[in-house]
Amino acid sequence: MIPQGLLYTNEHEWVKLDGAVGTVGITDHAQSALGDITFVELPPAGKALSKGDEACVVESCKAAASVYTPADGSVTEGNAAVDEDPSLVNSDPYGQGWLYKIAFTDAGALAGLMNAEQYAQFLEEQEH
Amino acid sequence: MPFIANTDEQRRQMLADIGVANAEDLFADIPPELRCGDLNLPAGLTEQEVRYRMQALANRNRTGMVSFLGGGFYDHFIPAALDALVTRSEFYTAYTPYQPEISQGTLQAIYEYQSVMCRLTGMDAGNASLYDGGTAIYEAIMMALRITGRRRVIVDDSLNPIYRKMVRSYTTNLGIDLIETPSFEGLPDRARIEQELNKDTAAVIVQNPNFFGRIDDLSDVAELAHRHGALLVMSVYPIALGILKTPGEMGADIVVGEGQSLGMPVSFGGPYLGFMTTREKYVRKMPGRIVGRTVDAQGRSGFVLTLQAREQHIRREKAMSNICSNEGLCALTSLIFLSLLGKEGLPELAQVCADKASYARKRLLEVPGVTMRFPNKWYFNEFVLNLPMPADRVTRELLNRGIAAGFPLGRYWPEMTNCLLVAVTEKRTKQDIDFLAHALEVILCS
Amino acid sequence: MQLIFEKSVPGRRAVRNVASDVAEPVQIAKNLLRAKPAELPELSELDVVRHFTELSRRNFGVDNGFYPLGSCTMKYNAKVTERVSHYPGFAYLHPLMPQLPGGEMLVQGALGLLHKMDRALSEICGMSAFTMQPMAGAHGELTGAMIIAAYHRDKGNKKTTILIPDSAHGTNPASAAIAGYKIQTIPSNSQGFMDMDAFEKALTPEVAGVFLTCPNTLGLFNPNIKKIADRVHAVDGLMYYDGANLNALMGHCRPGDVGFDVMHLNLHKTFGTPHGGGGPGAGPVGVVEKLVPFLPTSVVCAHEDGSYYLDYDRPKSIGYIAPFYGNFGVIVKAYAYIIMLGREGLFRVSENAVLNANYIFRKLQPYFDYTLPADKPCKHECVFSASRQAKSGVRAVNIAKALIDRGYHPPTIYFPLIIPEAMMIEPTETESKETLDAFIEAMIEIAKIAETNPEEIIAAPVTTVVSHLDETRAAREPDLASLA
Repeated sequence: MIPQGLLYTNEHEWVKLDGAVGTVGITDHAQSALGDITFVELPPAGKALSKGDEACVVESCKAAASVYTPADGSVTEGNAAVDEDPSLVNSDPYGQGWLYKIAFTDAGALAGLMNAEQYAQFLEEQEH
Repeated sequence: MPFIANTDEQRRQMLADIGVANAEDLFADIPPELRCGDLNLPAGLTEQEVRYRMQALANRNRTGMVSFLGGGFYDHFIPAALDALVTRSEFYTAYTPYQPEISQGTLQAIYEYQSVMCRLTGMDAGNASLYDGGTAIYEAIMMALRITGRRRVIVDDSLNPIYRKMVRSYTTNLGIDLIETPSFEGLPDRARIEQELNKDTAAVIVQNPNFFGRIDDLSDVAELAHRHGALLVMSVYPIALGILKTPGEMGADIVVGEGQSLGMPVSFGGPYLGFMTTREKYVRKMPGRIVGRTVDAQGRSGFVLTLQAREQHIRREKAMSNICSNEGLCALTSLIFLSLLGKEGLPELAQVCADKASYARKRLLEVPGVTMRFPNKWYFNEFVLNLPMPADRVTRELLNRGIAAGFPLGRYWPEMTNCLLVAVTEKRTKQDIDFLAHALEVILCS
Repeated sequence: MQLIFEKSVPGRRAVRNVASDVAEPVQIAKNLLRAKPAELPELSELDVVRHFTELSRRNFGVDNGFYPLGSCTMKYNAKVTERVSHYPGFAYLHPLMPQLPGGEMLVQGALGLLHKMDRALSEICGMSAFTMQPMAGAHGELTGAMIIAAYHRDKGNKKTTILIPDSAHGTNPASAAIAGYKIQTIPSNSQGFMDMDAFEKALTPEVAGVFLTCPNTLGLFNPNIKKIADRVHAVDGLMYYDGANLNALMGHCRPGDVGFDVMHLNLHKTFGTPHGGGGPGAGPVGVVEKLVPFLPTSVVCAHEDGSYYLDYDRPKSIGYIAPFYGNFGVIVKAYAYIIMLGREGLFRVSENAVLNANYIFRKLQPYFDYTLPADKPCKHECVFSASRQAKSGVRAVNIAKALIDRGYHPPTIYFPLIIPEAMMIEPTETESKETLDAFIEAMIEIAKIAETNPEEIIAAPVTTVVSHLDETRAAREPDLASLA
C-alpha cells in the first residue's frame, strides 16, 4: 500500500528525491483523513522555504491542513494539475496528486525521515 | 416567572425523575464558597411597566430635530414593506444556518445579498457580511496581508477618521507598518501615496465618496497600487453607488463599506452592516461566512455555507479571522431594501440626494461669510463648509434652535475648527434646507 | 425556488421615492458615474413581499419549534423587547449627536440606558465595569484579548502565550492569536477539564492569561477553577471567562467571585435577544478594577448630578473597537429583558435551564453514550455521543437529520471536538416539560430505529425542501453570486 522508495514525515507528507530536487505530496492516509479535497494553495516557484515552514494548505470541506517543508530549499514548481483538479490528491496521492517540487539546499538533511516500513509502523502506532 | 413554562408541579416531577430532592441539588457541584448571594438588582417588572420604563428612556433622546448629520451614517427613508418582512420571526429567531435543509430561507437570502452587493460594487464575489464598515476595513487589511504576504498599509486620511482610529487599535499588536497619508484639497494625494508605496506595501485604503463628501475617480490610485504589487481597498457608500462609478470599474481589489443606509435606522451606532466584495481570484482569502450555490442529491439547486475550512472553528489559532457570526438580519434588510427600490429606484434615490445636496450647497453659500472648504465642485450628498467662526459654536447655537446642522470637523482635524460637514438625504425637504440657511444667517450676522 | 433576479420584469417598480423638491438637478461629471445601472431586481411590492415570505417559510427559528442547539442558548425572544427597540427615541438617534457641543444632553436616555446596563451586567457577573461596544461574542473575545495585551504592555510584563484547553470553542485561540499571542493548547480529561499536570507544566512566567468557560463545554462546573485562578494570578496572568455558558449560573455564581478578570457575554444567548439568522449579536466585555483603564474608548460615565457623559480621555485605553457605542439596538432589547426578569427572574432562568438540561440528560442516558458520571448533575447543557449508533452506521449527523424530519432543530454536533460523534443539547429554560418529553421520545425512537433499520435514519431528511446538499461541489467550484 505504502510505496517503496519514498521518504515519509510524521506529518504524513512524502518526498521523492531525484538528485537534489524533491517532489512532495501527502500520503494516502492523509488524503483519506481529510476527505474530498476542494482546494490546494500551492507555493509559487522560486519561493525560499525553511524546514518546518508551511509550504501549502490543502483544504477539504471539513478541514484545512498545512503541508510543511521537510528541509530548507527553494520551490521549483507547483503542480498545476491539482490546482485545476484538486480531486487528484484523493484519487492518486502518490502520483498525479503530487503538490510541489523543491530544490533542497542539502538533501542530506532528509536523513531523519522514515522509509515505507517505518511509516507503516508509525501509522500503526498512531492507531493505538 | 416570565418566559418559564413549567409549573411547580411539573418541576417537582422532573426533579423526582432526575433523582434529586430540589433544584438546589443541581448546583451542588459549585463549591459553596463560590456561590453568590441574591443579586443586587431590582425586582422584575410586568410588560406594561417595561414598556413605560423604556418609553421614558426613549423620551429623553431628542430625535425630532431637523438633522444634517451624516459622517458615514445616514437617515434614509425606510419603506413599510421592509419592516413587515424583516420582522418575520422565521428569520430573526433562527441561528447561523448550520443545518442547510431547514435554513434555505436564510441561505438563499444571503446568496442574493452577496449577489446584489457584487452588482452594486462591480465585483465578482462577496461574503455574508461583517460587523460594520470599520471592522470591514480592518478585515480587508488583514485579507490584503494574506494575499500579498506583505506588512505595510497606506491609509488615505480622507477615510472616515473613526475608522482610522479603529484600524489603529486593531493593528496595535500585529506588527503592521501603518502609514497615514494626508489628503490634498480633500482628495487622496497621489504624489504622497506614490512616495509611500514600496515592495512591502500590501494595500492602499481609500474611500469614495470620502469623509468630506467628495467624489473621485480613483482608477489612477488603483494603477499606482498595482504597479507596486499592492491592492486597492475601497470603502464606499452604497446609496451613492446608485449613480457613481463602481469600485470594480476603477480597478479596486477589495470593496468594503457600511451598509446602514440600506434600510437600517441610525440606531445610535448599531446594529449596522459591514459588507465586503472582491475579485474572483481572491475569494479563498476572504474572511467570514460565505454562502455558495450547489445541488442536492436530486439535482435541485440549494445553498450552503462554504469555504469555511480556513475559519476559526476548524483552524483555531491559524484561522484567517476570528469572526464567526455575520450581521445576518442586517444583510437581509439591505437585500429587501434594494429589491424594493430596484434597478430604477436606486439611481433615482441617489440622484435626489445629490440634487438636494447641490441645492443646500448653493443656498448655504448665499449666507454671508460661508464658503466651500475645498474648491472642487463634485460632491455626492455631503460637503464641507468654511464658517467665519468656530463650527462648534455655530453647531451649539443651532442645536438650541432645533437643528443638527452637521458635524464640526475640529474634533478630528485640529486645523479645521471652522469647518462643518453637512449631509443631505432625500428625507430633508427644501423647507428644512431653507430653515437651516436662515438660522445660520441669523447666527452669523448677529 | 427561483432567485429574486429571475422574477425580475424590466420596467416594474415597487417603492416610489420622494420626488426632488428642489428646482435644478445636478449633473455630475460623466467620468465619475457608473456606465450602467446596477442590475437590481425589478419587482412590484407584492412580488417582493411574496418572495421573502416564501423564503421565511424555508427557515426554522425558535418560534417554529424546539431549537436545542448546544452552546447557542436558543431561548424564546420576548416580543416586548423587539417592540421597545423600535421606539423612535432609540431607532432614530444619530450616533454623532453626543459628539456635538451640547449634544450629550440630547441623548441622556440612551447614555443612561448604556450606563444602567453596565451596572446590571457588572452586578450579575461580579465585575467592576462593562463596555457595550463589542458587536458579537467573538468580537468581545478579541476585545478581551486586546485588554490583556494592553495590561501587560503597561506593566512592562514580557508575556507571549495564552493557554487554552482543547475543549474550547475555536474562536478563543483565533481571538488570542489576533491579539498577538502564541497559543498553547492544554489537553482535557474525560470530563472536559484542563489536565492539571499539563496546566502546571505550561504555566510559565510568559503566560499572559488563560481562556476558560465555566461550566465547560461538556456542561460541567470545574471544581479546580479557583485553584487555577490563583495559580494564574501568581504569575501575573489574567483569567479570561468565555461567557457563552452564563445561562447556567445567573444568581448562583459570579465569574468575578471565582477569580476571572476579564470576560465577554453573548447578549443574544443569555439575555434573550434574537440571533437573527447569524447576527446582529452583542458581546459586552466586563473587567475587574485593575483592567478598567484599558477598556475601549469611549466609556459612559455619570456626573454627580446624575447626568451622563462619554469619556474619551482614556490614555491607557485599547482605543476604538467599534465606531460608536456597540450594537445599541441589541443592548436595548437585552436591557428590557433584564429589568423585566429582575433579581428573582434571572435566578430562576438559570435554575430552570439547568433543570431542563438535567431532565434530558437523565432520560436519554439509557439510549446514548456519555462520558460524564451518571450521578452528577450537568449544568445548562449535556453532551451525548452517537458512538454506539455509529457502529451500525448511524452517525451524529444522521441523528441530526432524523430530528429535522420530526420537527426539531438538531443539537450542536461534532463539538466539543474531544467527544467523538458529539451531540450537545441545550434546552434552555423557556421550554416546557411537554416539549422536552416529546423531544426525548423522538431521540429514543431514533435510537431504536438506528438498531433495527439504520438505513431509514441515514436516509434522513426526507421532509425538507432540499435533501443532502453537495458541499464538496460548493467548495470546489464556488458559486458565490449571481452576476448580471
